[in-house]
Amino acid sequence: MKEKFNTIKSTAVPLPNENVDTDQIIPARFLKATTREGFGENLFRDWRYDSNNQLVQDFILNNPSFNGKILVAGKNFGCGSSREHAAWALYDYGFRVVVSSFFADIFINNALNNGLLPVVVSDQFLQTISKGISANSSTPITVNLENQTISFEGKKETFDINPYKKSCMINGYDDIDYLLSLTEDIKQFDLQQS
Amino acid sequence: MSKTLFDKIWDKHIVKHKEGHPDPLFIDRHFIHEVTSPQAFDGLKKRGIGVFNTSRTTATADHNVPTKDQHLPIKEALSRHQVETLRKNCKEFGVELYDLGHPFQGIVHIIGPELGLTLPGMTIVCGDSHTSTHGAFGTIAFGIGTSEVEQVLATQCILQYKPKRMKIEINGPLSKGVLAKDIILYIISKISSSGATGYFVEYAGDTIENLSMEARMTICNMSIEMGARGGLIAPDATTFDYIKGKKFAPQGVELNKKIEQWKTLKSDEDATFDKVLTFDASDIGPMITYGTNPGMGIKITDRIPTPEELKDISEQPSFIKSLNYMGLEPGSQLLGKHIDYVFIGSCTNARIEDLRLVASIVKGKKKAEGVEVWIVPGSKQVEDQARKEGLDKIFEAAGFELRSPGCSACLGMNEDKIPAGKYCISTSNRNFEGRQGPQSRTFLASPLSAAAAAITGRVTDVRELIANEKLTMAN
Repeated sequence: MKEKFNTIKSTAVPLPNENVDTDQIIPARFLKATTREGFGENLFRDWRYDSNNQLVQDFILNNPSFNGKILVAGKNFGCGSSREHAAWALYDYGFRVVVSSFFADIFINNALNNGLLPVVVSDQFLQTISKGISANSSTPITVNLENQTISFEGKKETFDINPYKKSCMINGYDDIDYLLSLTEDIKQFDLQQS
Repeated sequence: MSKTLFDKIWDKHIVKHKEGHPDPLFIDRHFIHEVTSPQAFDGLKKRGIGVFNTSRTTATADHNVPTKDQHLPIKEALSRHQVETLRKNCKEFGVELYDLGHPFQGIVHIIGPELGLTLPGMTIVCGDSHTSTHGAFGTIAFGIGTSEVEQVLATQCILQYKPKRMKIEINGPLSKGVLAKDIILYIISKISSSGATGYFVEYAGDTIENLSMEARMTICNMSIEMGARGGLIAPDATTFDYIKGKKFAPQGVELNKKIEQWKTLKSDEDATFDKVLTFDASDIGPMITYGTNPGMGIKITDRIPTPEELKDISEQPSFIKSLNYMGLEPGSQLLGKHIDYVFIGSCTNARIEDLRLVASIVKGKKKAEGVEVWIVPGSKQVEDQARKEGLDKIFEAAGFELRSPGCSACLGMNEDKIPAGKYCISTSNRNFEGRQGPQSRTFLASPLSAAAAAITGRVTDVRELIANEKLTMAN
């Protein structure tokens, strides 16, 4: 059973870079763990720390004014490697929602399978919230999964989510629960394969 | 109703359709490795269940293994633990493992095809985005996350919504010195690193039909680099010839029966795709990337664009950031640019044909001074074959280092890292920031272009080196 997701109202962190690949989210050399926990420590490792392990002061996650459960990202977020560790790292760091105008396919699945909600908004709305929170970091964003809405400073947009995945997120179910209920059908199917 | 090849394979693998749920897609072959499987096995343990069908699961150690002294215990504690965890899990759950030192060990996407585990019409998944490689055999093959690895281990199925279908057709003969790697880098440079997101791609056209199986694998391998979930090519006589005699492939009468079935695996003439793109092979030259995503590629003789020349001006900030990272000037030429490292390896270009091509360029020559060259074969079988053909001697004489198989400097997870600020011309698939090591700078190119740079120490148009040499471009 995973954590149930309903409504989140939180301040947010803007990271408007485009094409943020999963090697940036969590570099390969930190994929050596055999458990799911603790990846948050190395989230955006090479952007947060320089080669001498010193904090990069002007990187947004190192700016104490910006924090919260929502990451407002740029276009084509999560491209590249299929590593689920990217979703684990974002979740472990404390994010529960990533907002962008466009996500890479595998990242969407990995996020949804780990209680991290990818919210796709229009380019224009993304600009509005990204600029809005950059200017005033204390303005919250509200994401309501039941109604599929995201609101910011009186502006609101609806977002799409697969109905099945939505119910999984709200109820804390995962795909294996459903697939295990089909075990007999799958066994029969397997036997028929030559 | 007419169908695409993708639809034919997909529809045949749906176990049971239930309204309101994604379709459970039955998986014929599941490849696993040490990095994305431990948490999945943990999940099975927590649920108290086993692997659904161990005969459909194959494991190897590749991502996080040293490429030197593989017979010794792995020095780095975390890497050793990860490989040992794979061993323990495979033993406990009864999964076949091609471990370090095993004659079948190697990069997961190289060993599947060479062992005959990858066959036309199959559905194949692995916790690695380059699983698309297997699409070269006319399979639906795609990368998955660890939660999905757990799903497939537990149920031999994965819940998926059908992606859209795209056809990419390439026609015409290839020019001298142009390889499959150049074709795919060219396509990605045209449609961008997100140009095929949401799609599954079928590659077609006479240029593709004339490629060897290994070259087709290079093309399908990089489908993910344009955002596609996977890419596939209809199987034909070239495919069937490749499969013949492979260790786990059907043999004799059984194979002939299978071939008759496999011949039906093609898109119907009037099948409709959601998108069709067409390219002319004569426009493709040797390619190289200059930026920090695989879409940032140019012909090796072209200059880097300027921010003003970008089609989409909203991309200017990322473009400038990328060139700063690479230490390159907008509008400048890459040709003649000094390089420090050459990496010939990865699931994209570490098969025997790749090594033969490299050898054909370097035979009788020496690497440039100050350049370090690593050749990391894709598998133990590739390594053995290279030694059998005497390629190791050619590499040794040239000052190249032939190492043991693994993913190596493609992702820099083991100790094979390119140092900060250094330039590496690499036959791998990703030029992301820090991909080959923190602050490393990557130029993606073909094995021929990489070999040429190893000799000259600079970004070089390989056609100049082969101008007076007869070279058959089967690849």
